Parts: sequence; C-alpha cells; structure tokens
Amino acid sequence: MKAAVLVFPGINRERDMARALTLVSGREPTMVWHAESELPAGTDVVVIPGGFSYGDYLRCGAIAARAPIMDAVRTFAQKGGLVLAICNGFQIACEAGLLPGVLMRNAQLRFICRDVYLRVERSDTPFTRGYNAGQVIRVPVAHGEGNYIADGETIARLEGEGRVVFRYASPDGIVDPNWNHNGAMNAIAGIINERGNVLGMMPHPENHVEALMGCTDGRGLFAGLVDHFQKAA
Amino acid sequence: MKARVTVTLKSGVLDPQGKAIEGALKSLGVSGVASVRQGKVFDIEIEGGDRTRIEAALKSAAEKLLANTVIENYRVELIG
Repeated sequence: MKAAVLVFPGINRERDMARALTLVSGREPTMVWHAESELPAGTDVVVIPGGFSYGDYLRCGAIAARAPIMDAVRTFAQKGGLVLAICNGFQIACEAGLLPGVLMRNAQLRFICRDVYLRVERSDTPFTRGYNAGQVIRVPVAHGEGNYIADGETIARLEGEGRVVFRYASPDGIVDPNWNHNGAMNAIAGIINERGNVLGMMPHPENHVEALMGCTDGRGLFAGLVDHFQKAA
Repeated sequence: MKARVTVTLKSGVLDPQGKAIEGALKSLGVSGVASVRQGKVFDIEIEGGDRTRIEAALKSAAEKLLANTVIENYRVELIG
C-alpha cells in the first residue's frame, strides 16, 4: 500500500501517522508538502493528518483546504482514490468540499484530550473492513472543534445511506449523550462520502497501534486498508 | 477603496462561543441581554474604483474563503 501523507504548516500528527502506516503496512509513506501540485505517482491512499494547520486561523482547516495540493487530492478522490482524513484532516476535508458538514466548537467549549469509545457502524468499507460492525474500539481524541454539524437534509442522507461509520458510544456500544463528548449531531465521529472512498474522523486511530501505546484498537483501520489493497491486487 | 465583509452564523446553527459570551454578559450584570451570536468582520483595502468589479471580487473572496456558506452568511459593504 503506497500512502502519501500531506504536510501543511501547523500539522503535528504527520509523524505519528507515518509511524503507524509503516508499522502496519511495512512501507513508509511519502510526505507531501502542501505547496506541491501533484501526488506521487501510484499513490493508493492519501492521508490528511491531524494538527493545527495555519494555527486554526479563520476556521479550522479553512486555509489548508485551499492549498495547491488539495486540487490534486480532489482529482484523486474523483477517480476513486482513497482519502483518510483524521482530526484536522477531517476539518480540512469538510472545508475542501470532499465531505459534507462542518466541525464546530465542542458543545462544552473545552479542548478534549482523552480516550473515547467508538462504535463501528459498518465493516464493508475499505477503512473499516478490519473491524466487525457493532464492534467498540477505544481511541484517543484531541480537539477543540470536533462537534459535527450539518443541515437536516444532509444528516438524513448520511444516516439513510449508512455513511456514518463511527459513532461516539459507551464501552458497551450504547450511543448516549453522556458519551458524546463534543456534542456532535447523532454522535457522529466519522463519515464517508457518497462514493465511500473518503473517510473523515475526529479520533486518532494512529495513536493506538502498538502495545507501547497501551491499546491497539486503532490498528484495525490500517490493517483493513492493507487488506483492501492486497485483495485488489 | 475600503470595504467590509461581515460573516455571521446562519440562524439555527448552534453557536457555543456566542452562548459563553451571553453567559459572561449576564454574569457581569449587563441587563436585558437576550442572546449573543458571534461573527467575524474583515476590513479590506482593495485597489481600483470600479464598484461593480470590487463587489464581485469581494463576493468571490467571501464565497471562496472568508465564509463557509454551509453555516455562515456574509455581507459586503463598500465604505469608500
């Protein structure tokens, strides 16, 4: 699996992401600077990592979403290429029009940095095939703006088309306002686009991939991706 | 030419920051505050004197970057 990790000024999770990709896929990703206008030839998956691109100026992800490399990412996604957008990457993907909706300030107005539980809603996507539908995974979050909102019509479409792939839940998989730590609509933690090749999620699976991290629940996402490309080859 | 672009949240969009400011104003004892919505103001100096062209350029700036039209409205004013 040939991965390209985008790097914007202010991004800070790109090395965690590269480490996780290398660990699970056995292949180091290429780091791609935002001012580039093309992705490396033969890229299988583009990763937009977390951080604070441009210091979250204007709106989270707004300026990064207009970087030259994003035109190449849009073209890549239109051709069916896989895009994994984590945390600030999710915000950038929404701002770039790759995914619907917006990540607003957390309802409680606090920056939240801790482990959360996610219910995997479906296992038939390239991103979630390493999990079972209904499985609960523990992964960290670290964000001040992760409160997913969209208009009623968009939410109805996302739900109707099964495009909510991760939801904040209790350790038993119960969706409950007490476990929806940022107030996201319908406890949405991660969604895919209509075609199913772009995933945006606020939590950080790349930070739970090896025993040293205390948990390996995030590994399934990367293992699933590797499996997807092995099956396709 | 000086211009001002004002970006405000659409009605119905939850505004946690506005709510916090509203709470602070109430705790300061400012009377009669019913609600607060936070927005942004961009003061822009733009070259040229053709108002139609400038308005079109500012509209484009707002649509492309200054506002996220999923959740925000914007207003362009030419100040002169």
